[in-house]
Parts: sequence; C-alpha cells; structure tokens
Amino acid sequence: MSAVAETPASSGGQPKVTKINEAVIRLAGNSQDGIQAIGGFLARLAGRSEQEVMTFMTIPSTISGGPSIFQVRIGSGEVLTAGDEADMLLAFYQHSYEGHINSLKLGGIVLYDSDHVTPKPEWQENYRHVGVPISSLTVEAIGGTGRDKGKNIYVLGLLAKIYDLEVAKLKKLITERFGGKDASVLNNANACFDAGYNHSLENLLKSYQFYAAQNKVGTQVVMNGNEAIAYGLLAAGVRFGAGYPITPWSDIMELLRKELPKYGGTFVQCEDEIASVSMAIGASWGGRVAVTGSSGPGISLKTEAIGWASMAEMPLVVIDVQRGGPSTGMPTNIEQSDLNIATFGGHGDSPRVVIAPSSVEDCFYTAIEAVNIARKFSTPVILLTDQGIATRIEAFPEPKLQEICQDLTPDLSPVPDHKPYDLAAPGGVTRHLAPGTRVASGKYPVVTGLEHDELGHPTGSPKLHVNMTAKRRNKLRTLANEIPLPTTYGPNEGHVLLVGWGSTQGPLREAVDKARSLGEPISALHLKYINPLPNGLEKIFRGFHRIFVVELNDEGLYGYGQLGAVLRARYADPRIQGITKVDGLTWKVKEILDRVRAQAQPPTA
Amino acid sequence: MSAITFPFATLPRTGNIPLTPVPPIADADRKPLTKKEISADHPTWCPGCGDFSVLALYFKLIERRKMWHEKITTVAGIGCSSRFPYFVQGHGAHFIHGRALPFASGVSLSRPDLHVFVFGGDGDAFSIGGNHFTHTARKNIKLTYVVMDNQVYGLTKNQTSPTSPLGYKSKTDVWGSGDRPINPIKQAIAAGATFVARTSAMTPNHVLATMEAAMDHDGFSFIQCLSECVEFHPGAFDAAIPRKGGVFNEVPKEHDVTDEYAAYKLADVPWPGQFGIFYKTTRPTKNGNEAKIIADHRAKVGDAADWQILQKNFDRMK
Repeated sequence: MSAVAETPASSGGQPKVTKINEAVIRLAGNSQDGIQAIGGFLARLAGRSEQEVMTFMTIPSTISGGPSIFQVRIGSGEVLTAGDEADMLLAFYQHSYEGHINSLKLGGIVLYDSDHVTPKPEWQENYRHVGVPISSLTVEAIGGTGRDKGKNIYVLGLLAKIYDLEVAKLKKLITERFGGKDASVLNNANACFDAGYNHSLENLLKSYQFYAAQNKVGTQVVMNGNEAIAYGLLAAGVRFGAGYPITPWSDIMELLRKELPKYGGTFVQCEDEIASVSMAIGASWGGRVAVTGSSGPGISLKTEAIGWASMAEMPLVVIDVQRGGPSTGMPTNIEQSDLNIATFGGHGDSPRVVIAPSSVEDCFYTAIEAVNIARKFSTPVILLTDQGIATRIEAFPEPKLQEICQDLTPDLSPVPDHKPYDLAAPGGVTRHLAPGTRVASGKYPVVTGLEHDELGHPTGSPKLHVNMTAKRRNKLRTLANEIPLPTTYGPNEGHVLLVGWGSTQGPLREAVDKARSLGEPISALHLKYINPLPNGLEKIFRGFHRIFVVELNDEGLYGYGQLGAVLRARYADPRIQGITKVDGLTWKVKEILDRVRAQAQPPTA
Repeated sequence: MSAITFPFATLPRTGNIPLTPVPPIADADRKPLTKKEISADHPTWCPGCGDFSVLALYFKLIERRKMWHEKITTVAGIGCSSRFPYFVQGHGAHFIHGRALPFASGVSLSRPDLHVFVFGGDGDAFSIGGNHFTHTARKNIKLTYVVMDNQVYGLTKNQTSPTSPLGYKSKTDVWGSGDRPINPIKQAIAAGATFVARTSAMTPNHVLATMEAAMDHDGFSFIQCLSECVEFHPGAFDAAIPRKGGVFNEVPKEHDVTDEYAAYKLADVPWPGQFGIFYKTTRPTKNGNEAKIIADHRAKVGDAADWQILQKNFDRMK
C-alpha cells in the first residue's frame, strides 16, 4: 500500500484518510467461506471504477473444505502481478492467521475474526492487529439463525469502509449477484454488508482512499482466464467442442456447454479424453474448427489423436490448462511444465502450433488466434494456459465484439477438383473440403493418418514420405514468417534479458520496473509463439550479455527449463541460462530479482 | 497483439488450384451412382476375404438408395476392414485405432445432413475401442456401425482378438486362447444400442437388407457381420454357411425385437447362433436431444446476432 499523502481528519472521531495508489488484500479462510466471492466483488468493483486489478487464489483439491486464499491487488495505475506482499490480511481462522502472517508486509494490518482467532503477542509489534467478531456479528445481522453464512459479505462491508469503496457500486453488484434468487437472500446479503460497513473501526485509526485511476481506459470487463478463453472461442466462431472433466480445464468446458446452444452449437462431455479429442477432430472435419481441452494427464492421453491431426492436416484447437505434474501431480497449483508435451508430444515428426497467452485479456484474443491459425494452416494448435491465469481475475478494456465475432459456417458449394495434400501449394498450406461438398471430377479426398499421396490415398513411397514430411514442416515455417517479432519490455540493450512465456509476463515486467528503478540494466522479452518461434530472436539476444529464461518448471538434467532448452537448441547460444522453480506458486518479483542477481556476473570491462 | 488480424475473411479452400465455380445440379437431374463411380482404390484385402462382399454390398446400398457421393461419409479406425474408406469414392476418414466411433460421432452431431457409416473390425470395436462402443451406444448417436468380425487380428498377422473362440490358437496364444470371447450382440444390448443385428458376409442379400434397415434407423445402429479371414482363421464360420454344410438360422419371425430380455436370450443361442435383427427400439438420440436444447436456446435469443448474444454476457461482467 504505497501511502502517498495523509490528510488530517476533519471531523472528530473519524479516522484519518490516507491516499493510496494500490492495495494488496489477502483473504484467508476455508474453501466454503465464499472468500472468492469477496475477491470477485472487489475485482469487479475495480473494473467498474476503471482501476486495474489482478487476483491470485489457491484452492485445495479436496471436494469441500480445506484452507483457501484469495488475494486481490487493486491499483490506480498499472497492475502487473497479484503482489509479493499483502498490505492487509483478513484471517477467518487461527490457521489462516498463522499460515499467512508471513505474506503480510511489516506494519501491515491483520483483520481477524476474533470469534476464531487468538492473536499471538509476539506478532503484535510487527503487524497492526484489528479484531472483529465477524462470525457472531454476521449471525446477529441476519437475525440470529445461528449460521454465519454471509460473513464474507460482512467482510466486504468492512473493507468498503476501510478503503472508502463506492458503496452504491458494490450494492449494485450485490443486487446483480443475489437479486435473481429468493428475496430473503438479497435482504440478508444487504444486511450483512451494512452491518460490516457500519461497524465502528475506531481502533483501526485510519482509513484509505484510492487515487483516481490514471490510465482511463473506458469500459472494462472483469473475468478470469478460463472465462476469457471460452468467450474467445465463441467469438472466434467455434460451435462444437468435446471434453472430459479435469481441474483446472473443467470451467471452460462447463461454460461452453452452457453457452454454445445459444449460438446453435454443442459441447459434448465424452467418456474419456481420447474420445473428446477424437470427437472434436471429427467435427473439425465436418467443416468448422472444433475445440477440445484438458490439463496435463488428459493431454498425455490425447497425444495420439493430435498426431493424427498433424498427419492428416486437420484443424483443431486444444486448450491445455497446465497444472503441477507429472501424473496427477499438484492439480490445483501452477506450473509451466507442459511445453515439451505440447511441442513435442507425439511419435514421429508431427509438427503442431503452440501458443501461450500472457494475461487474462490475452486469453480472449489468443483463443481467437488459435482458431484462425488452425484454419489457415490446417493444423492442430495447442493453447498453453495455466492454473494461475485460469483462476485469476483481471479487468481489461471491453472488446469490440461486433468487429471481432466471426462466422465460420463451412462453404459447401461444389468444386471442380480438389487435392487435400497438394504438394504444389504455396508454403505447403492446403485446406480440406468439408464433407457435403460435391467434387465435379468425381475424385473424393480421404483424410488419413497413413502416409498418403496428394489425394489422401496410402502410399509407401519414400519420395512421398520425404515430400509430405517437408510439407507439414514447411507450412509452420510459413507461419513463422507471419509472426511478429516481439519487442523487449525496457530498452533493447542492457546487461540482462529475462525471457518468459505465458502467465509470467506480469512478474517479469514488474521485476524489470523494479530493477530499472534501482539502476540495474535489465529488460524482459515475452514469447507468445512457442512453436514455431518467431524469426529473428537472435537480433534481440545480441543486445544483452546474459539471457535468463524464467519458467515455472524444473531445470531438467542439463540445467535449463523447457523453453530454455528449446532456445538453447535453436540458437546454440551459451549465454542462454535458466531460472526455474516448481513450488506450485507464481513468481514473486523479489524471487526473480534475487535469482538474477545471484546468477548474473557483472559485465567484464 | 495477434499476428493474424481479424475479422478473418473467408479462406480460399486451397492454396494453389484456382477453383472455378461449379454450377449446381438439381437432385432430379442426377443419375444414381454406378459401381464404377463409387469404387476408388482396389482393395488391399487377401483374395477370398469376407470383407470384399461387405464392400460390394455397401456399393449396392448406395446405388439402391440413390445416395450422392458428397453426402456419404465413410469412417474407420485401424485394421484390415478399416481400410474401407480408401475403397469408396466419397468423403472418407481413416482415423486412429479404436477411435472411429467418437470421430464419427463428431461428424454426426455437427453435420446432421450427412450419412455416417463406420466400418471396423472386432479388435477396433471391442478391444482398444471398447469404451467408445459402450458410450456411443448409450448416447444413441445417429450413425451406422458395421463390425466385420473375423475373430482374429489379421493386419498384424494372427493374434488373439476379443471375439476369438476359446481354444483358438494364435501367435499370442499358441496353446489356445483361454479368455472368454465377447458376445458382441449381448454387449451392444447391454450398452443401450437401439438397433442390434447380426449377419454374415456369406449371405449377401441378408447383409444388404440389414444394412438398409440399419441406415433407416434413427439412432445408433450396430451390425455384427461375420467376415472370414481366409489367411489366419479359415473355416471359422463354416457352421453358418449352408453350402459348407452349416445352417444359417434367421431370427424367428415371432421374436419381438423390442423385447430386450428376449433379444439377450436369443444372443446366447449356441454357435453359430442366429442372424437378423435382435433388438430395435426407439429412444431419443443424442442428435435429437442436442437439437432440442439448441432450439430452446435459439428461441430465447430470438433474432440476436452472435456478437449480440456474447455482448449480453460481457455486459454482465462490467
């Protein structure tokens, strides 16, 4: 909480108001306490107030219950991460208090439920402790039914008071959320909110007020990464999907199942992962790119069929919401360890496209781009997202849907002739005819996983295998020529270049800002296109002495993360080194900088 | 930002061939397809293989029912019989081992205007693809599945299949198979298939009539078609071939095809068993259920364009 100015209280008894640029609030409780709902309300409020916001959550992989946190960072300026340290910890239970006090910055505030938490004397000095009997006051507020359901809304009221949040906007959000239900639900929510808001905070002494937002961006929408992907697919014109439940992919499938019928589409829950990818491929052959998705274990199961799509040159979008692996691994933790299976996961030479969105907003646009690359290049495209981005909420400028939304209804008008695997096609790029299309020559194409001739009929010809393999590879080179070269964040020359991909963009940029403010010549480069890589990265690398590839995966046998190894192989540049970790948590800015400082030698003069 | 800008204009269908428009032809002006027009590659099967007969009867079905090239989709997995799509002049897909059914389901559910035929063998259907057989039947997806059952893995040269009889000697059971074979008819009934029939490649008229009935069935139609592997399992079906001294016993006329228990019992008649339609019932199809869900939702959104439907969701997230 970067306190900037303190204004003395004007009227007696009112706490002093401190103006702030941003605040990091960590809510800690159990998974059924509705702390995600508080976080969601705060995030949406920030979105409506044209502020930037980012959230971070952990959920236990148990069915119900278990410790859970939700962290929200709201800023009047740019917000790149959910924050290294919290300004305020809201602790519902003793375990929340004891388990998360370390995440609080020195001098930060612990707001705890005094019905459940006994504060420790030794922590009183370093953190400001504020106890409120949240549970009993919630019960009182809703008429003493003996249940404390609603204490999350009570807490929202408390926070609204402390941070001088716009009550009218919050009340509107509460009405939108609970208005459709039984009237008593909305009444209780409002009663809880009011009770929290009106609770006397004299012992807190001061309250805070955000500066007006700096980067006015106009209307914003607020959602998490999984929602952004699902809506992106709908905007792209996808009308068929198939999947199997697995955390953290299931949200996308549930949303598509609910929404697709409105657009005349269908989502099928299949018997297994293999059936899902197969059904999506069948629908893609039907003429309109279809989607399937999963997380690590499911992607492993889908690899044979993805290889078929590579061989048969069938468009397909596969969403991989990465989680901690291998095997069942850490289902509710973040990791970026599926880059290898996405890029190389298949027997034989089976080129495919891999792209990774860097933010929630980017999830929306990358989903559309995945569909369009799949169509244009008739290839499987794997969209690599992760548990962190899937569940984190961000606000971003509202997309212009009327311009963006695509109609992918297949063209079934007859053609004179067609070769699905024409070797003379420029750049190796061919496309399929949807079944239902009459071919006047009477020669119909077959799509196949066997090596084939130009019409799709099997061949054992060595020459054809050589030429077809080259065709499948060359069309991705054609794509590489179309990919823009990314630009560095920070100057394009300096001592250290941090290279990242996917959801680590925020922490890397914040690390650059922090380092630059201390005079350290560090820049960052973010790669969205993993396979193929854009052409010309070596020109960027030339501007730096040290290149660190920062990833959430293991350093492997040879000391590089998964992207690091690909870049080493591609550029044979010994300056490329890895900075990796697998603790299941997002990067903290401090962690990145500590590792860089430890590994980077000063430039030799 | 994105390398590829949107909105994405309609893509040309292929990179190099200039596709001059082809005038449409009214169905009334089209002649039924001849065998020559429907057949593509010469089959790779061994001389004498039962699958030739099934292919010839598929052609006959297309001819008789006046189906057009472009409306026929022939889908298969992996195996000798799964080479089928290459031999048919029509839109074909040769997919991976055991997964022809989910692939075909994707076609059926997204393109209700097409006829979807799936051909495969006993390994594809009941071993590697066993799970898909159960669930495609249960979901009652509209397509016709012909399993050419030769009771052996032929393409990989003589290993035990899930329908190989007890005692069958193969390269993987040199002392004779000890695993109880699957009874495809019972499997299909138990899984919830709504059309379950059994025929034999050696009785062409019966195959044709069965395929025709299957094609007309609204739902998942399954045909077990005995088809001899002359190379590795010769004589396997002699007991059902009258000219070889066997008996081709048709399902009794008085059998009630809607009686699930009677059908199940009939499927237990000792080898060579009976032939015909064992079970046939009407149950909502996945295709129909989804169409209804779509119709209900479309009625609610009215004339709204796709972007306007999406805009509604976005308005709620502001």
